[in-house]
Amino acid sequence: MHEEILYWQALNRALDIAMAKDSSVFILGEDVGLFGGTYRVTEGLYSKYGEARVRDTPISENSFTGLGVGAAMIGMRPVVEIMTVNFALLALDAIINMAAKIPFMSGGQYAMPLVIRMPGGVAKQLAAQHSQRLEHTMMNVPGLRIAVPSTPQDAFWQFSQAIESDDPIILLEHELLYFTKGVLDSSIEALPMHKAQVRRKGKHLTIISYSKHALVSLQAAEQLAQQGIDTEVIDLRSLSPIDWETCIESIQRTHRLIVVEEDCKFAGAGAEIVSELTERCFFELDEAPIRVAGMNIPTPFNAKLEAASIPQVEDIVAAAQGFRLPS
Amino acid sequence: MEREQVHKMLRDMLRARAFEERAAEEYSKGSFAGFLHLYPGEEAVAVGVIHATEPADYIVTTYREHVHALVRGTPSKAIMAELFGRRDGICKGMGGSMHLFDAERRFMGGYAIVGETYPIAIGVGYAILLRNLPEAVICFFGDGAVNQGTFHESLNMAALWRLPVLFVCENNHYQIGTEIHRHSAQTDVYKRASAYNIPSEKINGMDVLSVYSTTERLLKQIRNGGGPYLLELETYRFRGHSMADPGTYRPSVEVHSFTSQDPISIAAHELESSYPTAEEIAKVGPDCITQLTEQAQQTGHLLEQDLELIKKDIENEIDAAVDFAMNSPEPTMDECWLCFQNNQRAETLL
Repeated sequence: MHEEILYWQALNRALDIAMAKDSSVFILGEDVGLFGGTYRVTEGLYSKYGEARVRDTPISENSFTGLGVGAAMIGMRPVVEIMTVNFALLALDAIINMAAKIPFMSGGQYAMPLVIRMPGGVAKQLAAQHSQRLEHTMMNVPGLRIAVPSTPQDAFWQFSQAIESDDPIILLEHELLYFTKGVLDSSIEALPMHKAQVRRKGKHLTIISYSKHALVSLQAAEQLAQQGIDTEVIDLRSLSPIDWETCIESIQRTHRLIVVEEDCKFAGAGAEIVSELTERCFFELDEAPIRVAGMNIPTPFNAKLEAASIPQVEDIVAAAQGFRLPS
Repeated sequence: MEREQVHKMLRDMLRARAFEERAAEEYSKGSFAGFLHLYPGEEAVAVGVIHATEPADYIVTTYREHVHALVRGTPSKAIMAELFGRRDGICKGMGGSMHLFDAERRFMGGYAIVGETYPIAIGVGYAILLRNLPEAVICFFGDGAVNQGTFHESLNMAALWRLPVLFVCENNHYQIGTEIHRHSAQTDVYKRASAYNIPSEKINGMDVLSVYSTTERLLKQIRNGGGPYLLELETYRFRGHSMADPGTYRPSVEVHSFTSQDPISIAAHELESSYPTAEEIAKVGPDCITQLTEQAQQTGHLLEQDLELIKKDIENEIDAAVDFAMNSPEPTMDECWLCFQNNQRAETLL
């Protein structure tokens, strides 16, 4: 089956299929039930599966995430929706101290088949408290796996895989992606959850990005192509683990690297990506790698300043133009 | 109360005391390091509560949990080896003193961040609810833990969805070194449950028999769909908060007043009460353990010998546990990675 579908619909489809197939799957979070989910991801499921399996919770992020942890320990497959990644700060004890540690501290006695979904990123004038990107915080925690789908197809695949996994998985969903459209083909075999994907082949330079900014990078690559700069774009799809082999293979061909991230530059995901790839491909690189990243500033409310604080297509194009390409 | 049941509980209290004292000794000798929180003084709580559980119930505990695991049935050698950080420890040396887990016995872990036991407990409770099973969760926490947000968040959800959780407050009056009147505006912990429409009560946590019978009654009610309940048990730890804490902040008169209520002496007393007769006991009075012991010796009944036998047994068990721990190998880094990646063996990640 091959169809055009919105990103939120792909997530909704994945959840619906999983819940129909496995009675141990249940979802909980603020307004996931009667209301249908802030971004419609749980739409229709409350009436289909009942309130016990589509549970509206009080505003108690740490405890309802911890509830998911406890239920996962005895074989349930909870999907916790945290309304935005910003509220996950209140649940970090459940995520970092519990979900990520229990399987290990118990000597492998307990599995943790828990999925925690979090919308996040800079959307439209939500101001500093509601525009954060916390991937760097999660990436630094051994025991958490992080998927960052940018397309409806990946959202469907990665969410389905996350529910089936016995590890705790964080699904970071960019708020501006929910109403983007893409093809969902349920007949093709899913890529492994953490496999990166080359979205565009190119020979002059490699751009590595993820989530919404993988799409922004693709737009930049199209503009660069018109200027004769042939850009390869890798969508990481996952921030933990990272598919280094796909990145290295690309750098071995292009010898130039730009990492694009919406998150703040200082100690962000890009810092890890650039340093690992520099360690492993130092002699393959013709020039120093470049990070095009968000400014180290809380996100301003003003729309123009907000846009200026995160990478735009032209910022990526300008960075690429700075390379001394072979003629 | 069945004489056999009292015997078992007394035995477990003595095992608990002996285990902890030996752990302290090994810690002082340098057999292992880290944080070590001991239980002497509070035995009646873990023993009374856990003896009232069924194998199908779940137990969630804090970082002061060796005794809870021991009473639940985790072999003393597997606990001791875990304290030593060895391969044959119950968590293969990855958890240590504060993180004992025993999935087989539904022992859901020792949690070292104060206030974590509540969300875990309601999560297990929620799963039980979805599965519609006659099981209960016992959630232990200290008096210091009731000021964490998770206490309020979790009690609220437990009540909203009538989760089968027995919240058990081990009120030893201290959050490390801060006495309850200095950390809580409401020092009767059980009263806080009323804010969430959860029924609750406070009983003497130094008296193992009433802890046992109360818990047994409450768990029956919970397994039958009665919803959550909060039981506050007043107790006292004889030692400091951990081995790093000499406990000098406590007035000696306070320590002494609780030492005289030592739950082990109280249980021994109760055991004695079934032999000789109740009339004789009544004549002696409730706080005359020494007198009763003398009387028992004069009448030549078997209790003293029983006790000696039990104590000898326990000494052998703890000696064997320490031997086992000492001789268990250190885990390797390969084993460490196996524990870490245990749950992804069947998965293709990349």
